[in-house]
Amino acid sequence: MNPERRQLLGWGAAAAGAAAVSALAPGLNLVELARARSPEEAASTLQRWGLLIDISKCGTCNDCVTACHEENGVTGTGRPETDAQWIRKVTLRDKRTSYAQTLPMMCQHCEHPPCVDVCPTGASFRREDGIVLVDKHTCIGCRYCVMACPYGARSFIHEAVSGQKADVPRGKGTVESCTLCVHRVDRGETPACVEACNRDGGKAMAFGDLNDASSDIHRRLRAGPSAQVRADLALNTSVRYQGL
Amino acid sequence: MMRIAAGIIAAVLTVAAQADAPRFRIERGEACVAPVAEMRRDHMKMLFHQRDRAMRQGLREPRFSLKGCVECHASQKTGSVLGKEGFCSSCHEYAAVKIDCFECHTSLRQKKLAGRS
Repeated sequence: MNPERRQLLGWGAAAAGAAAVSALAPGLNLVELARARSPEEAASTLQRWGLLIDISKCGTCNDCVTACHEENGVTGTGRPETDAQWIRKVTLRDKRTSYAQTLPMMCQHCEHPPCVDVCPTGASFRREDGIVLVDKHTCIGCRYCVMACPYGARSFIHEAVSGQKADVPRGKGTVESCTLCVHRVDRGETPACVEACNRDGGKAMAFGDLNDASSDIHRRLRAGPSAQVRADLALNTSVRYQGL
Repeated sequence: MMRIAAGIIAAVLTVAAQADAPRFRIERGEACVAPVAEMRRDHMKMLFHQRDRAMRQGLREPRFSLKGCVECHASQKTGSVLGKEGFCSSCHEYAAVKIDCFECHTSLRQKKLAGRS
């Protein structure tokens, strides 16, 4: 079964579950309902966290980038060539018409992540709920994942780091990238970029559970066209764009 | 005879150990997450176990978290578990154990102590 077909079936099942037709008996469901996770529960495939970014609302501000780097303690060393970049603003320009669009680009949290395929130590991994992370305890800093990622989402830390945030350990010699603010998601909050965009920016970003048929992000994806960046690679990304 | 000799050596070592064992003040909390003897022997096992579960499965149990250790054990003066009188570093230095937790994790207490700015 190809991944798209499987996903379609999954979404269909989730929708059916939400309609509560699949209850066999009280408390016994054929399909488990998507719901929020308690801190004592392990991340599970019931959830698949994702982002939806409406490019038509994305303006010239840099609020998502600033908020991300503030939240995760990512500071520059004054050498932009080697500084870590968890999220960046990309400008797309149509060469013929000069029409320019700008969009935030970060780890796309693929279902089939190339960074995980190439990692020799298993440090690069995909959590059950779809968040792609680097386990820095086992990362040897080989940077295969940096080369494998088609989105250029990963950064290598070249220099000793100080002043890390308690929830976001960062250290020299390891690779890092957007964690979808996993520490905030585990607390039931939304990622810092989404919060900043909806507070100060163009309200272009939405965060939610792609498996939950009742979530806002699921409804919006169902209602209109959306695109994956480099959909030709069939990575099935969790970050979707509208108006691309 | 051997047993007595071993006993004497152990006693001498204990006295010597107590003489220059690291001293620190624990600033916060009534009691640790486990009895002192167990903590001294097994704290690394607790941290290792918790580390993989938190990282891979998202099980962030506050009980054995490194963040929790630092919150209670950071020095009141420096706010850190490292340094000359730091809770972690003084003992590891004494035991000649090199840890690299704090290459990535912050060694500083995040919450301010009550009554201090």
